[in-house]
Amino acid sequence: MLAKKNLWWLAAAAAFALFPIVVTNPLYTTIGVFTVIYMACATSWNMFSGYSGYIALGSAVFYGSGAYTMALLSIHLHMAAGSSQFWLVPVGGLVAMAFAAPIGWVALRVRRHTFVVITIAVFFIFQLAAINFGFTGGTSGLNLPFITWGFQDFNKPFYYAGLVLVVFATLLSIAVRRSRFGLQLLAIRDDEDRALGLGVKVSAVKITGFTMSAFTVGMAGALYAMFVGQIYPQFVFDPMFDVSIALMTFLGGLGTLTGPLLGALILEASQQYLTVTFSNGSLYLILFGALFLIVIIFMPQGIVVYLRDRITKRVERERAAVAANEAASPDVALGGAR
Amino acid sequence: MTTLLSATGVSKAFGGLQALSMCNLEVEKGSITGLIGPNGSGKTTLFNVITGYVKPDAGTVTFDGQNITNARPDAVFSLGVGRTFQLTRIFSRISVLENMLIATQHDESWLRGLLRSKSSKVEVDNAMELLDFVGIARLADLQAGALSYGQRKLLELAYVLVADPDVILLDEPAGGVNLTLINGIAEKIRTLNAAGKTFLIVEHNMEFVMSLCDHVTVMHQGSNLVTGTPAEVRANPLVLDAYLGGGDEDEDDLREAVAGA
Amino acid sequence: MNSVALLSAAKDGILTGAVYALMATGLTLIFGVMDIINLAQGILVILGAYLSYALQVHWGIDLFVGLLITIPLMFIVGIVIERAFIGRLKGPEKTAMSILVTYAVSLLIEGTLNMVFSVNDVQLHGWYVAKSFAIGSIHFGYIYVAGFILAAVLLSSLYYMLYRTRFGVSVRASLADQTSAALVGIDVRRVSTITFGIGVAITAAGGMVYGATNSFNASSSYDLISRLLTIIVLGGMGSLGGALLAGVGMVFVGDMVGVLWSPVWSSMSYFVVLVIVLLFRPQGLFGQQSARVA
Repeated sequence: MLAKKNLWWLAAAAAFALFPIVVTNPLYTTIGVFTVIYMACATSWNMFSGYSGYIALGSAVFYGSGAYTMALLSIHLHMAAGSSQFWLVPVGGLVAMAFAAPIGWVALRVRRHTFVVITIAVFFIFQLAAINFGFTGGTSGLNLPFITWGFQDFNKPFYYAGLVLVVFATLLSIAVRRSRFGLQLLAIRDDEDRALGLGVKVSAVKITGFTMSAFTVGMAGALYAMFVGQIYPQFVFDPMFDVSIALMTFLGGLGTLTGPLLGALILEASQQYLTVTFSNGSLYLILFGALFLIVIIFMPQGIVVYLRDRITKRVERERAAVAANEAASPDVALGGAR
Repeated sequence: MTTLLSATGVSKAFGGLQALSMCNLEVEKGSITGLIGPNGSGKTTLFNVITGYVKPDAGTVTFDGQNITNARPDAVFSLGVGRTFQLTRIFSRISVLENMLIATQHDESWLRGLLRSKSSKVEVDNAMELLDFVGIARLADLQAGALSYGQRKLLELAYVLVADPDVILLDEPAGGVNLTLINGIAEKIRTLNAAGKTFLIVEHNMEFVMSLCDHVTVMHQGSNLVTGTPAEVRANPLVLDAYLGGGDEDEDDLREAVAGA
Repeated sequence: MNSVALLSAAKDGILTGAVYALMATGLTLIFGVMDIINLAQGILVILGAYLSYALQVHWGIDLFVGLLITIPLMFIVGIVIERAFIGRLKGPEKTAMSILVTYAVSLLIEGTLNMVFSVNDVQLHGWYVAKSFAIGSIHFGYIYVAGFILAAVLLSSLYYMLYRTRFGVSVRASLADQTSAALVGIDVRRVSTITFGIGVAITAAGGMVYGATNSFNASSSYDLISRLLTIIVLGGMGSLGGALLAGVGMVFVGDMVGVLWSPVWSSMSYFVVLVIVLLFRPQGLFGQQSARVA
């Protein structure tokens, strides 16, 4: 008999799989594409930043690298617009990883606070480079080969490709959480020096985690480029992207598995909806900011953790267990030594 | 009796503060050695120097014949020196059992860690055994942050033991815990000692130290003052002076005594 | 490459750098005392600029005179923000949370500014903005010199406050070690709130000069905050001297790169310098080495 939790997952998976078939309005399926892209990015970001506690605010670097890889290769390899371009998506991921390794090596030598700022600095380096270097097309950006799948069904393949990325990122996160490597990341989060003192190879673990998390984000960027067909440096290297995925993950629950998925779902879908409904961009900024503040103040651990603790009454159970053990320990202390 | 761990002529200054000054310490193999002294005498700093968290300005640290003076904490740990901290340091957001599993990390390369699942049956069994030994096996699946202060101390003791170190440095193991637990901890130390483990214990609780340790070193103002059995140390007037403090004239006397001791 | 161009660039670097140093000092002070990274500092500079703008456009108040109003006003804004949002943050994740909270606050302010002032670029005016005097063949814009003097005056006042007043002692103690400061009876909460207010108030001044020398709108804050963050990390987070040196230094280097190579690379040089320095000194120029906590 399937556990209740697994039923939820199954239902959710079915809903996501059937979405573009049920909802055919391209306006909504476009929102769907962006939503799954962000869900994949948030999950992947959480895999490093959530587990290790090193908040990286420069993942747009990987997103943008993936996007430019897709664009540049499509153009220079004279690729036919269409499904063959999907092969470039993983390539985008690999390029992002290639950037992530040296960046991680430099950035992870410093304390957490400084780390955040370095990731921001690196981000601006990339953005400025994309704007100023010739081969990236400068501020006019790049145009990819025009895909002619037709209006009605245009979004569907992208949606499913994005869904594949979500599944991939989620499975990877699960694998990491179950592995020794994941445990080491969590230990680093709680007490890095202590972990080091206990023999954890902290530097190698951090750089590996950072690089791994870049892969999916790079792929997402490549998919995005293929989807929108035109990329500009200020959109693929967008500071809002960085903070958005951080926000989504915090909203959902930093360090949890479903947190980033839920957070991205809520935020990206509502953001897209709001920008379509309210053409006034400023109102959406205010709402976003206000929502964020409310979440941080009242549910600082994120929705998922808040709900889970409520449902399982975790705190009460823990207190009871601890007290029970205290009461029992005198016996153990005097007679339990082996 | 062989010396397992020793610090010779160790000095360390933090800015203008001379925390350690030509400090000597010897820990015999198989002993339970106590390290006492008034606040500020440099005990924890000495611990930090020995275990590699702080680099000394001068002096050497030797373990089992090997010079480990500037070794990094993980190197010191893998050689067989374990330690606990004054303010218990546990990984609060993972479970008690997972805390135990972290300590077995040092045996393999990180790459294998990537592919391995978090624990093998052997490791879990070993961890549970140790948790049972300290009496918190029932709490194995709880988030470590939920533990009471006393239970955290026990957890810290347990996971120091996971790697089966030869010498264990305990920084105020009896601090802030109730009497029953203190006795329990003392029992466990004796049991482990009987099984061959060497202990170096920093403590303020005099009864604890005097009843448990077979050898005691007193520190004062960054250097070692008196060394001997608990009875000898208790009888030594210099020790009393060190704890009660004294006027400037006394300070000179003490310094002479230290120089001569 | 003539010497006039070089000297001009150097002069620009120093004059403008002082203003950046002023704004960065507020940021690093806040971090040092509270362990908070105030990402809203950029938009608060812009807010200060808009306040000066509003005073000038609606009431004809001169920019410098207007500071007598905007500085206290921004001080209050800072206190309000701290009390409402930032003061609640505590625990091991405090700094990471502060990044997100202050970013959210900055979004709120940005959205509001956009609605009140529209997204069109504006610039602050005054007789001194367009005019300059010359020493030899190098021209000194009045506003730049005035801005430099303002920065110098404010920074000196800040240092005076920190080193000569009792409150300043409390701030420096909290800067050095919050726990110990609390233990000796310093009301760390009060010190934090007031420090935040001061850090924000300083930006009002910086904002005025920034607004007089650049056309701006609310989204200019992104570029600003990225530069300020770079400066304080380079100088060493929490180090006042570091913010000063790095502030002037970075702008100086940026301007020199602009004249020696091309203005295009001037902005990027900021970040490249940062990354290079951090490779060798991860704690920044004057930052404390991250201690192994034991």
